[in-house]
Amino acid sequence: MSVDQKMDSGRRQLLVATSAAGGVAAVATAVPFVASLTPSERAKAAGAPVEADISKLAPGEMMTVEWRGKPVWILRRTPEMLATLDQTEAAVSDPESNKDMQPEYAKNKARSINPEYLIAVGICTHLGCSPSEKFKMGAESGMGEDWHGGFLCPCHGSRFDLAGRVYKSMPAPDNLQVPPHKYLTATTILIGDDSKA
Amino acid sequence: MTTKSEQLLNWVDERFPLTSTWKAHLSEYYAPKNFNFWYFFGSLALLVLVLQIVTGIFLVMHYKPDASLNASGIPVAFASVEYIMREVPGGWLIRYLHSTGASAFFIVVYLHMFRGLLYGSYRKPRELIWIFGTLIFLALMAEAFMGYLLPWGQMSFWGAQVIVNLFSAIPVIGPDLSLVIRGDFVVSDATLNRFFSFHVIAVPLVLIGLVLAHIVALHEVGSNNPDGVEIKKKKDANGIPLDGIPFHPYYTVKDIVGVVGFLIFFSAIVFFAPEGGGYFLEYNNFIPADPLKTPPHIAPVWYFTPFYSVLRAITYPLFGIDAKFWGVVGMGAAVVVIAFLPWLDRSPVKSIRYKGGLFKGILAVFLVAFFTLGYLGVLPPTPGRTLVAQICSVIYFGFFLLMPWYSKMDKCKPEPERVNFK
Repeated sequence: MSVDQKMDSGRRQLLVATSAAGGVAAVATAVPFVASLTPSERAKAAGAPVEADISKLAPGEMMTVEWRGKPVWILRRTPEMLATLDQTEAAVSDPESNKDMQPEYAKNKARSINPEYLIAVGICTHLGCSPSEKFKMGAESGMGEDWHGGFLCPCHGSRFDLAGRVYKSMPAPDNLQVPPHKYLTATTILIGDDSKA
Repeated sequence: MTTKSEQLLNWVDERFPLTSTWKAHLSEYYAPKNFNFWYFFGSLALLVLVLQIVTGIFLVMHYKPDASLNASGIPVAFASVEYIMREVPGGWLIRYLHSTGASAFFIVVYLHMFRGLLYGSYRKPRELIWIFGTLIFLALMAEAFMGYLLPWGQMSFWGAQVIVNLFSAIPVIGPDLSLVIRGDFVVSDATLNRFFSFHVIAVPLVLIGLVLAHIVALHEVGSNNPDGVEIKKKKDANGIPLDGIPFHPYYTVKDIVGVVGFLIFFSAIVFFAPEGGGYFLEYNNFIPADPLKTPPHIAPVWYFTPFYSVLRAITYPLFGIDAKFWGVVGMGAAVVVIAFLPWLDRSPVKSIRYKGGLFKGILAVFLVAFFTLGYLGVLPPTPGRTLVAQICSVIYFGFFLLMPWYSKMDKCKPEPERVNFK
């Protein structure tokens, strides 16, 4: 075939069509590979609700339970601790928790059903470290004179108050999440399920 | 008359470009004769790559990527690393060579990059070499990060948790993307296994491919040198650069000296300080991963700390998007901006030897800022430190982004016609 011969446009079209069909097949083949990277059925099925017995929790104490591989904190707040929530009101970025970080029944200042107990996922909303307890107040805490008690994320220094509300100008954008939960009795909490019945 | 070995060589050469490849890349690859100390680090990086691959192959024979708990309640992956350290004959050495080798890799690569910065090795026509190099640096960071998860210690776990969560900060696709990376809703066995796969197969293949491209591109245009003048401009009657010497035997022999020097330092660290004072292997990583408790102080391994500091320095939202996202963007940009150096540097000369006081001063400030960021990255954050990190981040980006202006304003000395060589 000489160079100046006219291009066979029929063959060219066939070539383009074949390549396009091959391309579609290649993309379709990639689908199960990408799908294999997503959580497996077993991982999706995990995450049953967990029960926590809070009868032995003294005022001012905190316990941690594991739910869906994450730490869930149960903090029994003293009246002094609850009082600090008024003092931190102006310093936290979303005092009313308008961003949806908790179920409706915890959408109040104490962010809980029963103000005495704070139940929150102990995972910083910045990059997922678990903040440390800094319950002591004032200079004693090592957090500065005007510290009212709360949590400090060791990774990037985000600060939260005793209702898990994040302070202003912190790396963490949101308050700590409150998981769905309900009281089975006065001293047993079911975490991960808030269905009535 | 040809000897038997010459006949064999001819037989091969008719079927495979053996002699021509040897000549093109070694015995007739002409490198500038004025290479100095800084030129050791390219070949040393190659040496460390081989070291990591060989030690890695042997580690995989005993390591188990399994996050489930064994009969004593210890994660299997963590226990298998301890098994390598205590019970596999010679295992401790192979493991320490590999873990110390990771830090050595970054030391050598940082010095190699700094050499490029000093002598303008990224300037035309070496832009692609530089871009391949930046990609190697990125692949190396991915490789190191995923490798660090494998011992399944506290730092492994929480480091991975933080970095994977970085991706969730990307608007719209972020949450799903981090789910695909983790393969689970939390960092788990699924994450450990895929990181293992990437660490031992996918990323090393990419890395080797990029290193080949880096060297092929280099040998196409020829090496730069401390004077930053092109040796190909002055050639003799045979077309050989007047200031060039064959890479083999001249630089192969010189590089062997570098290798010996490096191995003296490297073995001293492997034998006497394999954990590098907690910087090469962090103390918290000798505690098995606990998904419920973050260690009181978490910091990345030293080679990530400058970029980690940039991430932490961004603490305010912008354009209605969380600070977290801009932190991620800042950290990514701090690496990617390096690739743009060939187009940011507008200086009439390549080498620092002929650049003026302005460039030298700004480079010094940049170095101080870079080391400060690295130092701050290993410390817990305080408001004061965050402010310093913010200032240093601005200097870091200023060094790159203002370069088109200050590199033009700088009072440079004239470049020599030929390289200086005493």
